[in-house]
Amino acid sequence: MALWMFLNQALAGAFMPEQGTQIAKEVDNLYGFLLVVSFISCAILIGGMIYFAIKYKRKSQSDKTPYITHDTRLEILWSVIPLIIFLVVFAWGWTIYHDMRAMPENALEIHVTGKQWAWTVEYKNGVKSTDLVVPVNKDIKIILASEDVIHSFYVPSFRIKQDAVPGRYTTLWFRAEKMGEFYAFCTEFCGTNHSGMVARVKVVTQEEFDKWLVDESEIGLLPLAQRGAKYFQTRACASCHNVDNAAVKVGPSLFKKFGTEGVFGDGSVSKFDENYVRQSILEPQAKIVKGFPKPSPMPSYQGQLSESELSALIEYIKGLK
Amino acid sequence: MSHAVAGKNYLNESSGLWSWLTTLDHKRIGIMYFVSVMFFFLIGGIMALLLRLELFSSNAQEGISFLSSLPNVIKGDANPADLYNRIMTYHGAIMVFMVIVPGIPAILGNFFLPLQIGAKDVAFPRLNLLSWYCLMAGAIMAFATLFLNKVDTGWTFYTPYSIRTGASVVLMVLAVFIMGMSSILTGLNFIVTVHKLRCPGMTMYRIPLFVWALYSTAIIQVLATPILAITLLLLAMERVFGIGIFDPKLGGDPVLFQHFFWFYSHPAVYIMILPAMGVISELMTTFTKKTIFGYTAIAYSSLGIAAVSFFVWGHHLFVSGQSEVAGIVFSFLTMLVGVPTAIKMFNWLATMYRGSIEFTAPMLYALGFLFLFAIGGVTGIMLAVVPVDVHFHDTYFVVAHFHYVMVGGTLMSIMGGFYYWFPKMFGKMYNMTMAIWSWVFIFIGFNVTFFPQFILGAKGMPRRYFDYIPEYEQLNRISTIGSWLIATGFVIGLIAMIRAITKGEKAPDNPWGGKTLEWTTSTPPPHDNFTNEPTVTAGPYEYK
Ligand code: HEC
Ligand SMILES: [Cu+2]
Ligand SMILES: [Cu+2]
Repeated sequence: MALWMFLNQALAGAFMPEQGTQIAKEVDNLYGFLLVVSFISCAILIGGMIYFAIKYKRKSQSDKTPYITHDTRLEILWSVIPLIIFLVVFAWGWTIYHDMRAMPENALEIHVTGKQWAWTVEYKNGVKSTDLVVPVNKDIKIILASEDVIHSFYVPSFRIKQDAVPGRYTTLWFRAEKMGEFYAFCTEFCGTNHSGMVARVKVVTQEEFDKWLVDESEIGLLPLAQRGAKYFQTRACASCHNVDNAAVKVGPSLFKKFGTEGVFGDGSVSKFDENYVRQSILEPQAKIVKGFPKPSPMPSYQGQLSESELSALIEYIKGLK
Repeated sequence: MSHAVAGKNYLNESSGLWSWLTTLDHKRIGIMYFVSVMFFFLIGGIMALLLRLELFSSNAQEGISFLSSLPNVIKGDANPADLYNRIMTYHGAIMVFMVIVPGIPAILGNFFLPLQIGAKDVAFPRLNLLSWYCLMAGAIMAFATLFLNKVDTGWTFYTPYSIRTGASVVLMVLAVFIMGMSSILTGLNFIVTVHKLRCPGMTMYRIPLFVWALYSTAIIQVLATPILAITLLLLAMERVFGIGIFDPKLGGDPVLFQHFFWFYSHPAVYIMILPAMGVISELMTTFTKKTIFGYTAIAYSSLGIAAVSFFVWGHHLFVSGQSEVAGIVFSFLTMLVGVPTAIKMFNWLATMYRGSIEFTAPMLYALGFLFLFAIGGVTGIMLAVVPVDVHFHDTYFVVAHFHYVMVGGTLMSIMGGFYYWFPKMFGKMYNMTMAIWSWVFIFIGFNVTFFPQFILGAKGMPRRYFDYIPEYEQLNRISTIGSWLIATGFVIGLIAMIRAITKGEKAPDNPWGGKTLEWTTSTPPPHDNFTNEPTVTAGPYEYK
């Protein structure tokens, strides 16, 4: 029994990401149990196979074999034992799943919206962010939505995952017990930059969290270019454009572009000035940069950015030198 | 019709391409399926190698990518991420709809089902030829999309992405629709053949287990495939007419598509694996020279799997937003499928007990199947446990799991069955040493490729990723190297086959000492299969 507990503990969490929540520990315990049982079953099956293969290797062409058609007792045994194991892990799974899905009351609610190809996080006070910043040891309820296709919000360290489905809300909750930064991936295929749809979950103390929320909401008081830099992150421009080197991501780099001459797919040219940037953001299909697919994968931001936000972005792009 | 004229067999009975394209002989149709499916497998396999090459490095920092370094003729003007997504889609669609689903029933089933029950042909030979043409028509349409707007939805065509994308989705789903017709017709043909054309004395409890497996598969093919067909038609109509069934913008429900899709595609998993299990039963008895352990249990577990397989589709939707109750119920039902599968595994093991085991290439494939399928099976149970699946869903853990059951299971048994029946089909013997070396490379390469993917998935690497965070790099490298070992194995196997067909020794009628009826007729079999209609007086595996 002690050995069993030891094995289980050693295996729980083996090859798994770090455990950021209580649920993660529970899942890993069950997973560790499954690993042990699976290992034993495979050892019986594969080990038995290898043992028989060596022991009963053909000696001569005239070998005789016994005529054994079946054995009811054995057959019942190897139907019932697996069935019992399956029922045990099923029931165990059920209890954990119940904890996973029972939404805590008084949780801090945060909206997370998927969009090709970035996550937008919105807090009750109107702050928008691409990172999910949360206080430690507090129940967090995520309300998921999607603006276009199905995405799936997955934080490996918390062992949680839920699809973001257009046209309805889905929810999940967690209570982070470890401070630090964790990855949040998109796990439902959503097109070109699916693998780039990665956000960070930052678990901080309650004080840090409160301060962060206030700082973010006071962003309107910052100088234009600095605000632009913020929007460039929060509006997911950064997931498609590089700003500190010339390498192409999904879209062209915007580094040292302002003031140069742009060349388009149809051969025409245009100066990279304020109006051009404005048009690029509001009507990306109007002029498609040479070498990029038509229609352009860049979404239109028409109606989603205020004049002041646009100006901030343009100031920021101007300053990329 | 030349009845048993000396030296005449189904291969040389008439000649010319036209005689093949219009043949009604189930054996020739089997060979035509063989040639076409192997061609598709080659293309799907090359694509797999390309995907693995791209994943050799995490390119997030450097901005380098293998696919973007390909010459322009191949990659066109696509950016590397799109290119990856398209290759990923075609690899999956080709391997599922054009290789694994038709694989065993259409090639080995067509050839050996009538032989094993002592029939002259299948019940509807013309329908049989038509189903080959359906597969071809579907294949041509599917490949045509490569020259239009390449499809990038993944083989699952999930809405609403498949409604929005600019790709030739409509043509592609119509292609799959027509290939589905091929599958339905084959299934129908097999059901009627098993009921109507068994030779005298061949009762239902005397038919070989391969036939039982094909029969169970045929039931799923006939019942489930129409659902896929309707789902895909609805998707096409949604795209063309905007009928508003799956598109949330029109009030449709995108998750409904997933329910429809998996209502077919989960049973389809058993269309892929049941025939494979049938082949393994044949190999196990012949190469242990011993009667099969638990004939009835194996036969009924096939039917049991076929029946339960219709009620477990929801295990693909644990995180889709379906209700918690549904999640629990589907988890429970999925556990039940594990039982008949476990029964089969133990019955094969028991067959080996006190047998006289011969290590030929086909037997090594059967043992390889047992090894890989055991791992595929236990990881399947892990995925059926809901909270564990919440973590593993859509990660590389799932990728590894289904490659273990579909490649480790089905492909291993196609290869095993193929090496087993090759002498009967072509009348030639292959070089056993080469065939065994081919197995060694494939078996080791397979584990090197896919075992690390379990760990990657447990660590959280999502599937269908063109790029990944640097900490996943090492395991991805090992996996890519494994893919080269598999490729080497298949090249050796291909050379062995070609050498056998061109200059192999003549094969005897019954090289392995098999007991089923196909070994009683001459090699290669005559046009009508048997010179005199056989009569059966005992079970199929009488090693006394
Ligand atoms: C989904 C990826 C994506 C996102 C998100 C995105 N873009 Fe783009 N962007 C592109 C692509 C691709 C192009 C090139 C094709 C074209 O001209 O539309 C482009 C072009 C541009 C150009 C013209 C560049 C040139 O060299 O002429 C500007 C300026 C620009 N984007 C700014 C933005 C800003 C600002 C945001 C955020 C508000 C943003 N983009 C968000 C993909 C994206
Ligand atoms: Cu995605
Ligand atoms: Cu399934």
